[in-house]
Amino acid sequence: MSPGSLVLVILLAPLTAVAGCQLVRSPRFAEYLNLAASVFVFAAVLWLLPVALGGPYILLRGYIIVDALGAWVLLSCSAVYLLASLYAIGYMRARNEPQRLHRFYALLAGFALTILLGPLMNNIGVYWIAIEFTTLISTFLVGFEKTREGVEAAWKYIVIVSAGISLALLGIVFYYWNASLHLGPSFNLTWATLRFVAPQLNPTMALTAFLLVFIGFGTKVGLAPMHTWLPDAHSEGPAPVSAMLSGALLNTAMVGIVRFIHVTDAVRLGGLPRTVVVVIGALSLAAAALFITRQTDIKRLMAYSSVEHMGVMTLGFGFGGPLGLAGALYHMLNHSLNKSLMFFGSGTAMHAFHSKRIGRIHHVLIAMPVAGALWLAGAIAITGAPPFALFLSELTILRAGLAGPNAWAVYVMLVLLVVIFVGFLNHFRAMYFGESAQAAAATVRWRPTSSERIWCLLPMWLALVPILVMGLWWPSAFTHYFNVIAAQLDRG
Amino acid sequence: MFAAHIPPLAGSLFSLLAIVSLLLAFVMLGSRWLNAYLGAFALQSWLIAVLSAAVAYYGGYPELYGIAALTALFRGLVLPYLLLRITRRLDVDRELHERLSPSASLVVGALLVVFAFVVATHLSTALGLGGTIAVLALTAMLSMKLIGFLMLVVRREVVSQILALLVIENGIFLGSQILVPGMPLLIEMVILFDLLVVVACFGVLVRYLIAHAGTTSSRELRRLVG
Repeated sequence: MSPGSLVLVILLAPLTAVAGCQLVRSPRFAEYLNLAASVFVFAAVLWLLPVALGGPYILLRGYIIVDALGAWVLLSCSAVYLLASLYAIGYMRARNEPQRLHRFYALLAGFALTILLGPLMNNIGVYWIAIEFTTLISTFLVGFEKTREGVEAAWKYIVIVSAGISLALLGIVFYYWNASLHLGPSFNLTWATLRFVAPQLNPTMALTAFLLVFIGFGTKVGLAPMHTWLPDAHSEGPAPVSAMLSGALLNTAMVGIVRFIHVTDAVRLGGLPRTVVVVIGALSLAAAALFITRQTDIKRLMAYSSVEHMGVMTLGFGFGGPLGLAGALYHMLNHSLNKSLMFFGSGTAMHAFHSKRIGRIHHVLIAMPVAGALWLAGAIAITGAPPFALFLSELTILRAGLAGPNAWAVYVMLVLLVVIFVGFLNHFRAMYFGESAQAAAATVRWRPTSSERIWCLLPMWLALVPILVMGLWWPSAFTHYFNVIAAQLDRG
Repeated sequence: MFAAHIPPLAGSLFSLLAIVSLLLAFVMLGSRWLNAYLGAFALQSWLIAVLSAAVAYYGGYPELYGIAALTALFRGLVLPYLLLRITRRLDVDRELHERLSPSASLVVGALLVVFAFVVATHLSTALGLGGTIAVLALTAMLSMKLIGFLMLVVRREVVSQILALLVIENGIFLGSQILVPGMPLLIEMVILFDLLVVVACFGVLVRYLIAHAGTTSSRELRRLVG
C-alpha cells in the first residue's frame, strides 16, 4: 500500500470509532469498536514502518509528512493505544458505570486520533494546532471521574499547558518572522523550509525562538520545571488514560522538540542549544528523583517516573550523534511499553485495594498473584535494571554522552538513576512485603470476573514480553532504522 | 519586511493601537473588579480587530479582513458575554485574594515592560530593524505576554485566570499582525485558542461549579501536591 492510504487508515480508524461510539450508545459495541480501531491503527503503522524508510513523503499539498522519525513515534503511540484499549475493557467494566462507557471510548479514540496526527504534521503551525487539540480532548478524560481532585487536575492541566504552548506559538512566529526576511512575506513554514533557511537565520533570533519552542513544547512533554501539571493529570484520569498520556502524548510533543533541535543544528550557534537541552533534561531527572523518593501515591509515583524518562530521552536527544539519537528513540518505545504496564498494574492494584496510597497496599502478590508479579517485573524494568530493554537504551545514552561535550551530565544522570532505582523499588518493597499477610488478604475488596481478569492481564503480558526480548536482543533492523532517521533529519 | 516600508500615517496608527492595547493590559492589572477586566479585554480585542483591518488595508492582505471580523465577533463580543454571564451567575464581582495588590502589580508590570523593551530592541537590532515599528510591536507583544503571566500568577479567581490566558494570546496576535501579516494559518490558530478557552470555561469550570457551588477561587484547588 502507498503511504497515503496507510495514513488514511491510521486517521480514519479512530475517527470511525468516535462516530460509531457516539451514534450507537451501547457499552459493549463501543469497547469492541474502539479495540478494532486500535488494532487497525497498529497494523497500519507496522506496515508504514518499512515504507517510511524510502521517505520523506509529502502528502496532501504539503500538510502531511511521512518520514522514519514520524513512523517510529507512531509505532510507540499506536502500541500504547492498542494496549490501553485492551486494558480499558477490563478496567472500565469493573468500575460498573455502563451508561457513561460510550462517551469514554469516543473520547479515548478521539484522543488517540489527535496523538497520531502530531508526528504526521509537516506544517509547523498545524503541528502546533495538533498539540493544542490533544489538550482539548484529554482535559475531559482527565476530569472523567468527576471527583473534586479530577476537576482540579483538569483545570491545572489546561491552564499550565495552554500558557506553556502559547510560548511555543511565540517561538514559531519568531521563526516565521526571521525566515520571512529571506523567503518573502507569505510562505508555508514546513520543517523542510525551516531546515533550508536555517543557515541564513540570525543566530540571536534563532536562539530566542528555539528557547521559546523548547520551553513551550517542553511543557507538554513534562520537562522540569514545567512538569507541574503532569503528576496531577496522570494520577487523576482512569488508568488507560494515564497510560495514553504518559506513553503516547508525551512522545507526540517530543517529536517537535527533536525536529527543532535538528533545525537549530544548521544555524551557526555552536553547542549552546544542545547544552540547554541537556541541562533541562538533567533538571527533569533531578526533580523526578526528589519526588519519587518521597512519594505516597502509586499513580503519582508512575507520573514522576514519566518525568524522569522524558528527562532521559531529552538527554539522549541533547547529546545527539548517531548513538544518542538511537538510544533516545529506543528508549521512547521501551518507555511507552513499560509505562503502560506500570499504569495497568496500578489500576489493578487500585481496584483491589480501593486506594492509591502506598501505605494502604500490602502483600500485592497474595492479593493479585499474576498481575502483581507482572507489575513487579515492570517496576524492575522501569528503574533501568537488566535484563530489560530500558537498561540497554539508558546505557546507550550514557555512552553517547561520554563522547560529547556535555560529559558532566552523564555523571549527574548516573547518580540520579541510582537514587531513583533505590527510591522507586523501596516503595515496591513496602507494597509487596511487610506487616501481616492475613491483614492484607482481608483488605482486598475486588474479586474480578474471569473476563475482567483476562482483559486486564493480557495487555500486561503484551507489554512485558517485548521489553524483555528487546533487552536481550537489539535487532540490527532497529540500528538501520535509527541511522535512516538520523540521515533524514539532517537532510531536512 | 512589510512594517519597514509603510506610510507614516499607517505607522502612527499602528503605534497608537499597539500602545493603547498595552495600556488596557495595565487597566486589567490595576483593577480588582472583574467587570473592569472584561470591559478592558473586550476593548482590547476591538482595537486588535481594527489593527487587523488597518494592516489588511495598508499591506494588501485581504484575508486579514476576515480575521478582523472574527476577532471582533468572538473575542470582542462572544467571549466577554459568556464570561460576564458566569460572573453574574456566580455572584463574584471582584478579586478578593490576590497575591499581590493591584498597585504593587502595576509596578511589577512596568518593570516587565522595561524588560520587554530591552529584549525587543536587542532582537530588532540583531535583525537590522532597529528604530522601526518592529521594536514597538515586539515590545507590546512581549509585555502583554509577561503581564498575562503575571496575572496568571497573582490572581486567583478562575475568571481572571482565563482572561490572563486571553491577554497572553492577544499579545501574540497583536505583534504577529504587524510583524508577519502574511503568515498562513494565523486565523486557524486564533480560533482554536478561543475554542480552547471556551472549553476551559464551560467544560471544566462549570463542572467544577456544579460540584462545589459557591467558590470560584483557584485557591481552593490545592489538594494535589507533592
